[in-house]
Amino acid sequence: MSKKEKLSIRQKETKRKSNYTIALAGNPNVGKSTIFNNLTGMNQHTGNWTGKTVANATGYFGYRGETYKLVDIPGTYSIMSHSEEEEIARNYICFGNPDATVVVVDATSLERNLNLVLQITEITDNLIVCVNLLDEARKKKIEVHLEELSNILKVPVVGVTARKKKTLNNLLKVMRTVCEGKEEKHKIYQIQYQEKIEKAIEQVQEIIMEQYSIEEKLARWISIKVLDGEERILKEIEKQLNIQLINHSEIDKARKETLETLEEEGIYQEEFKERIVSTIVKDAEKIGKKVCQFRNKNYANRDRKIDKILTSKKYGIPIMIVFLLLIFWITIVGANYPSQFLFSVFGNIQEKLIEFATYIHCPEWLSNMLILGVYQTLTWVISVMLPPMAIFFPLFTILEDLGYLPRIAFNMDGFFKKACCSGKQMITMCMGFGCNSCGVTGCRIIDSPRERLIAILTNNLVPCNGRFPFLITIATIFIAGTIRGIGASIVSTIAVMVVIILGIIMTLVISKILSKTILKGMPSSFVLELPPYRKPQFLKVLVRSIFDRTIFILGRAIAVAAPAGLVIWLFANIGIQGQSLLTMIANFLDPLANLMGLDGYILTAFIFGIPANEIVLPIILMCYMQGTSLVNMEDTFAIGEILRQNGWTILTAINVMLFTVFHFPCATTLLTIKKETGSWKWTAIGFLIPTVCGVVLCMLTTLVYHVFVI
Amino acid sequence: MKEKTVNELQLGEIGVVNNIIGEETIKRRLLDLGLIEGTSIKPVLISPSGDPRAFEFRGSLIAIRKEDAENIKVK
Repeated sequence: MSKKEKLSIRQKETKRKSNYTIALAGNPNVGKSTIFNNLTGMNQHTGNWTGKTVANATGYFGYRGETYKLVDIPGTYSIMSHSEEEEIARNYICFGNPDATVVVVDATSLERNLNLVLQITEITDNLIVCVNLLDEARKKKIEVHLEELSNILKVPVVGVTARKKKTLNNLLKVMRTVCEGKEEKHKIYQIQYQEKIEKAIEQVQEIIMEQYSIEEKLARWISIKVLDGEERILKEIEKQLNIQLINHSEIDKARKETLETLEEEGIYQEEFKERIVSTIVKDAEKIGKKVCQFRNKNYANRDRKIDKILTSKKYGIPIMIVFLLLIFWITIVGANYPSQFLFSVFGNIQEKLIEFATYIHCPEWLSNMLILGVYQTLTWVISVMLPPMAIFFPLFTILEDLGYLPRIAFNMDGFFKKACCSGKQMITMCMGFGCNSCGVTGCRIIDSPRERLIAILTNNLVPCNGRFPFLITIATIFIAGTIRGIGASIVSTIAVMVVIILGIIMTLVISKILSKTILKGMPSSFVLELPPYRKPQFLKVLVRSIFDRTIFILGRAIAVAAPAGLVIWLFANIGIQGQSLLTMIANFLDPLANLMGLDGYILTAFIFGIPANEIVLPIILMCYMQGTSLVNMEDTFAIGEILRQNGWTILTAINVMLFTVFHFPCATTLLTIKKETGSWKWTAIGFLIPTVCGVVLCMLTTLVYHVFVI
Repeated sequence: MKEKTVNELQLGEIGVVNNIIGEETIKRRLLDLGLIEGTSIKPVLISPSGDPRAFEFRGSLIAIRKEDAENIKVK
């Protein structure tokens, strides 16, 4: 049988758009996604922390007349075990039939990265090692001898600095030669295990090659897996290659015999895997020592000094709070001006639209419905959502790029462990402060499915950007109301902080409760890399965070806001006997609302505010003023007057603040929960948890208030 | 030399991994990070709440919780 007819790792696939397919592999946080973005011009999100790419991302680029398909596979330290990302990565490299696999490695910690490279050499010959972050290595006085590395591994090695696009040219050249098969073929580096193990592998390999026509390299790799006995990998191989490995009499026999021989020689099956791993790590170490020169042994000193402060017992958590407060403050203050600008622009257009509608003799009810209903709500959501997001996300992304977020997780992990959760949940909560929908998506960084689900379900317990201004307004009017000047803003800030801290405490409490009830389980192992600090690329951050997150979230919000605008308008304008549907709903909700120390209109506003939390206050004002469209008021004092006239007391204010933090997620977040969990059941639970918290808390405060105060 | 766990190392004190014990999943993760026999490991940071600690080995800084670190025996 000729080699071509053999079942090989690189079965030819029917190629559609591209001439060649290239897989991009590597450890987490080595700049894979940066290379991907720079080559494809796409905006796959990157960050200085582990686990950004959870599914394969695909992009295309052209080079010298050929089209290449680039597949960014999840970053992993290894492809030998069975976490979700490792499986995706392994399956793609093994069975995705790429023409070449580029393994991106970090020049500053080459040794550890080589571990993955060596594992991949066991699967494919068409390998390119791309040594990234050479600039940082230089800064740390680490010298990497690329040629030497290439000589040892017998694969092409390219050095790049991914953030500088120009340096990628070499990589492109090598990709081309490898894909076209023009690269000189050498026998690629092969890991040599202990002699006894090598013999065992050989024996099984022989049987497998007798049974199936499989390429030698693949057969060797499969043999190791057979001896290892890892069922999930074996099942995947069976499925992909359409062969039988488990319960195959010949193979089973060979396996048993070899394992027995190994046992006689003192190598037990449990140890087998460990020996395999150890050999690879030791090989990586050996190669690393040969090709890297550390001119400055204490290269990490600066980072350690910063770490000592940022994670210190005394300052660690206060610094974290200050950082976050600073971000919120900049966001809220900074968003005011562009928001007002957008309001006035959209307002002017609205006037023109009304004029136009009159001009074409559009029936008034129709123009009102479309302009005051749909258009106004839609533009409202854009005006209030866009600016804070456009400010918050870049700031947050800078923290991300710096490498600060894993430190936050490190600082807070103790608390989360007590709640049987992962410290990484803290990072997702921080994202939740910006936007709960993003926070929910961010939960992908948590490995354990149980812990991830808990993080998703509790994310809404921290208030997002859309809820902050409302909280601040209420706190300013009712809690700091009697105080003037700077004192007022301090008092209202403290009040908002108290509510937020309550949110964080509730997150921990609910997480704990979930861990003890419907999502029973122990905290899984927590292994978190604290990457070196990196200088953020400010311009990139800006572009990336606006395009990746802001526009995306805004798109979802708009999709909900337009129909919601219509519904709100209809409910405010259609009525029976002079009473609008809105009022009728409010009256219906009144008894429940009273128990919660609120009124029916407030609850109604929260329900109709489901497209975006930002429109809750405008709806409340609309109801109180008997209006038929959303009410925009800049003057806090005037808002306070209206609210007081409608019976708001300090109790109402406190309960509204509580309910603002603890109520059902907005529509965008709910859709995201559905997408991330794939289940309406969990979406419903994600809806209920904060709502029940809010209702109970509000009833409690009302009860306490009535018992002790009045 | 007596075998102890990496938890018994003081901040800044270097240990050499002798053995990794414990349940398969965590053992695998630690091995994947390059923690094999003979690896030097040094705790360098401690979280404000006392746990986890961050360890330096093979040029990386990795946070590991007490219960998980318990599995890393050093000499």
